[in-house]
Amino acid sequence: MTDIPSDTVSIRFFARLREELDTEELTMAAAPGLTAGVVLEQLASRGGAWAQLEGDRPVMIAVNQTMANANTAVKAGDELAFFPPVTGG
Amino acid sequence: MICIQHADFDAGAEYQALLQSGPETGAVATFTGLVRASGDQIGVTGLFLEHYPGMTEAVIQQLVDQASQRWNVRASRVIHRVGYLPLQQQIVFVGVASGHRADAFAACEFIMDALKTSAPFWKKEITNGGEHWVEQKASDVERSENWDGPGQ
Repeated sequence: MTDIPSDTVSIRFFARLREELDTEELTMAAAPGLTAGVVLEQLASRGGAWAQLEGDRPVMIAVNQTMANANTAVKAGDELAFFPPVTGG
Repeated sequence: MICIQHADFDAGAEYQALLQSGPETGAVATFTGLVRASGDQIGVTGLFLEHYPGMTEAVIQQLVDQASQRWNVRASRVIHRVGYLPLQQQIVFVGVASGHRADAFAACEFIMDALKTSAPFWKKEITNGGEHWVEQKASDVERSENWDGPGQ
């Protein structure tokens, strides 16, 4: 896992989202009561390609490398990831 | 054994390793997935495979553990390649050694079906006309969910 400053959360993007957002990773200040859904909402409000995070296409969420959902709590030092439905095998 | 790697693998050597799982092994089932010309698009010349390092291995380990709880699994080997893979190259190997064939078939198929819908890998198809990310198939989700159903 990436080294994350103690008062922030790390956010990683994969595959189509990584390309369309032109972002592999960013950090965000952690706040009390933060959830994965709130992070998504804040990022989507940037507009442009970011708006798709709250669009029609499903966005999968992982917190600390475990599948999670919009209600999952997020605290300082956590690693979030957003990605499209998986297509391996 | 779970391995995510760029390099190709020797399915024969993997099979031989599964044979070394002791005198109670009575069946070995293996599956190998290849890069195919017709995917979401026709004329696929290769795939690019991305994954989430760390999470991928953990998810596959959970699937192997689940398989071992449901069926007699004496040994298993899962290999998934990442990076650029040209047409007809091997992508994935799943092999299971069991006491009996039904368990070997079921555990191998379960690991493969569940891997497709839960392990964080993403495929991008490359054709002469460009490249595009593969979309998850409803049929794959259905196959995976069927393992959760009653009587399974």
